[in-house]
Amino acid sequence: MIGFTHYLILSTVLFGIGMYGVISKRNAVAVLMSVEIMLNAVNINFIAISKFIRSETGIGQLFAIFVIVVAAAEVAVGLALIIAIYRQKKSVNLNDFNLLKW
Amino acid sequence: MNLNDAVFILLVLITIGSALGVVASKNIIHSALLLVLTFLGVAGLYFQMNAGFIGLVQILVYGGAISVLIIFAIMLVMDVEPEKTNLSTPSLGRRMWGVYLVVLLIIALGASIWYTRWPLAMSAAGADEMTVLANLMLGKYVVAFEVAAILLLVAVVGAIILAKGADDK
Amino acid sequence: MQNILASSWVIPFLPFMAFALIGLFLYRWPKLSAAVSILAIGSSLVYSVLVAMAVFSKGPGVFEIAARWLNMPGLQVDMGLLIDPLTAVMLLVVTIVALLVQVYSIGYMHDDPGFASYFAYQSIFAGSMLGLVISNNFGQIFVFWELVGLSSYLLIGFWFGRHSAREAAKKAFITNRVGDFGFLLGILFLQIIFGTLNFSDLSGAIASYTNTAVLITVSLLLLLGPVGKSAQFPLHVWLPDAMEGPTPVSALIHAATMVAAGVYLIARAFFIFNTSPETMMVIAVLGGFTALFAASIALVQNDIKRILAYSTLSQLGYMIMALGVGAMTAGMFHLMTHAFFKSLLFLGAGSVIHALANEQDIWKMGGLHKKMPITTWTFVIGALALSGIPPLSGFWSKDEILLGTFASGHMGLYILGSLVAFMTAFYMFRLIFVAFFGENQAGEHAHESPAVMTVPLIILAVLAVFAGFVGSPLMNYAFAHYITYPGAVHHTPSMTIMLISSALAVSGIFLAWAVYQKQWLDYEELKIKMGGIYLLLYNKYYIDEFYAWLIKHFIDGTARLMEWFDLKVVNGAVNGLAWLTGYLGLNLRYTEDGQVQTYAIYIYAGMVVLIISALCAVFTAIA
Repeated sequence: MIGFTHYLILSTVLFGIGMYGVISKRNAVAVLMSVEIMLNAVNINFIAISKFIRSETGIGQLFAIFVIVVAAAEVAVGLALIIAIYRQKKSVNLNDFNLLKW
Repeated sequence: MNLNDAVFILLVLITIGSALGVVASKNIIHSALLLVLTFLGVAGLYFQMNAGFIGLVQILVYGGAISVLIIFAIMLVMDVEPEKTNLSTPSLGRRMWGVYLVVLLIIALGASIWYTRWPLAMSAAGADEMTVLANLMLGKYVVAFEVAAILLLVAVVGAIILAKGADDK
Repeated sequence: MQNILASSWVIPFLPFMAFALIGLFLYRWPKLSAAVSILAIGSSLVYSVLVAMAVFSKGPGVFEIAARWLNMPGLQVDMGLLIDPLTAVMLLVVTIVALLVQVYSIGYMHDDPGFASYFAYQSIFAGSMLGLVISNNFGQIFVFWELVGLSSYLLIGFWFGRHSAREAAKKAFITNRVGDFGFLLGILFLQIIFGTLNFSDLSGAIASYTNTAVLITVSLLLLLGPVGKSAQFPLHVWLPDAMEGPTPVSALIHAATMVAAGVYLIARAFFIFNTSPETMMVIAVLGGFTALFAASIALVQNDIKRILAYSTLSQLGYMIMALGVGAMTAGMFHLMTHAFFKSLLFLGAGSVIHALANEQDIWKMGGLHKKMPITTWTFVIGALALSGIPPLSGFWSKDEILLGTFASGHMGLYILGSLVAFMTAFYMFRLIFVAFFGENQAGEHAHESPAVMTVPLIILAVLAVFAGFVGSPLMNYAFAHYITYPGAVHHTPSMTIMLISSALAVSGIFLAWAVYQKQWLDYEELKIKMGGIYLLLYNKYYIDEFYAWLIKHFIDGTARLMEWFDLKVVNGAVNGLAWLTGYLGLNLRYTEDGQVQTYAIYIYAGMVVLIISALCAVFTAIA
């Protein structure tokens, strides 16, 4: 029988995949996509808690909605940043961006 | 194993498989399309947890808007041949760090999840979830709601200014 | 009837719509913009008349509807309408004056490049004031209160190309900010103490509240708002400078929208002020002082608009004084009549200024009565009404105030009020004899203004003559019957007081005639003899200079003290910290390679370490 634990473990694995993507991809857009995967993993947690532990309040779902709102804002700004820096450097390769190097 | 479990396993396979694909693919277009599949898989999981509204929002916002936005951005910034658009970083050390941290995280979190005795308290899903959400959003959490609205507005303005270039006359 | 009242939200809504329409779409077509704006305020006027008819046919009573806007634990905010006779009168006054001012502006502003935006600002100004009037709680009032402040800022600074206009707009905004700060604090206090901002709920709660100290604090804080908005001493400095805006705007600010808001608020929240005699005393003395103070300044000013501005200050002081002595009805009555004759005077002044190519010095006018008969005679009617000559409107309302002051036993304030009545008559007719009838013939090239400007003048003149009758014994005090509050007493009019005030007004006019028309007294010589006082008055008691000095010495002094503290104490500590940070940074900087993903690794590593240590802690606790 599939239960709460399975959802949490799934969410952990998804989070890990996103995390690996953030660390290892060169393309800034790909990193942003990995961040989205991580946010989705978090949302699965919220929904699972909302269903299995605090099912009467609906608060988990509310938080998931707020996460989605923040994610939408983050994508918009993130992509705008990528486009802006692409105009400067003609590249989206994160290894080329080291303006803050010591 | 009942039908519910079978659906769950199917969704997990889709979600995890396409998420792995996002990270592994060397072509960023493929990554983006697989990302849509991941989002849809997650939406399926929401439906399975009786969270229909969130599932729909997931499909609309992630599957629709965010994916399109990402694909647009890819189109705007792609300049080499597609097969080399989404390579991993050349530094082996960093990749190993990634693997190491992810494995540690999954083991640690997985173990703690597995061994915790969760205070499960499922009530029969009866209440109309949209009503519940609406009441929360415009009631107790109205300030958060308004702040989220302002955040979106600021993000839109910020994104336009960043993408347009503030100095362009 | 109920339907009309329930949908009275359209009254402020229409001007707001006009503002939005002009601002978004119509600004390219100035004539169309003006038409839309006037149509909106005209419809509001028609609707206000309907509302007033509904209210007055019903007799005194309150109509209130509200919808919940924000509902959180511990905080409920409503949006609502409150229609009672007070509201109805204010709606009528504001819409009539705003409509006439807008019509007049077609003529006055006809070749201005900002014609369309001018009408947009006029619309939002009128809309904000109307919204303020129909609000049923303090929260909503505060929103519109600030909107009124914003739109006045826009209009005062309308000719923002001029340095002085920009400065005046800033001054108006910042001075109001000082008052609004106290006002907001007062509102917050009310919310904290009583848990509601609704007027009806508050009046119930306050009646049974006994902590006088708190009530005094709250009411004094609330009073700060009207002191700023209605330009009472010591926050009066912005109003004379607000002359920098176009003249019709001054008419609007002085008569109907901006300064009336403060008086209206005191009347609306009268149940709060009325509970503490101490606050009432403060209000009365403040109003009386402002009345005398401003009237004395007006005696010697030379700028036609400045004279009118100080006269407004003084009349506002009158109204506030009336509220302070408990004669709320008289105060509101005077607000209404004053709105008509003061907007008449300002529009008349605008007509003169327009005809004389922006000349504002009364000594450079003269002989205007031949060239501009309509302007002159309507102006004279306005001045007679302002001076309180029977049977014009100003006479009835001023008499009610003096009567209320006298009957409530404030002898000092009564004498002061009568003195101000005398001074008012004097400075108004000084203005008239010099500017309109003086022998200086600067006005020979002047010509009468077009009909769009004179017709509003005539309408306002008619109102200035007849509006007073609604509160006079001739109509059985109809006004006092409706605009009232629990425990109101109407004093029987005293013939003596009427005679005294009329006699004072007439003698003021006579003195002005004697000095400035017949020149039995040489005013130039008088000016030199009274040198010190003249300079003091001419420079407005040096209040502006005092504020500048205060800022220079007190605030700069504090700043210097802070600077010393900053340099010697804070800097030392900060330098030490900076050195430490620098030293650490020098050695740790090699962890910063500028790569986003390296930083991501740090973050994730930290997270994983936290998770693992938490796990270890739990396992050791179990084992």
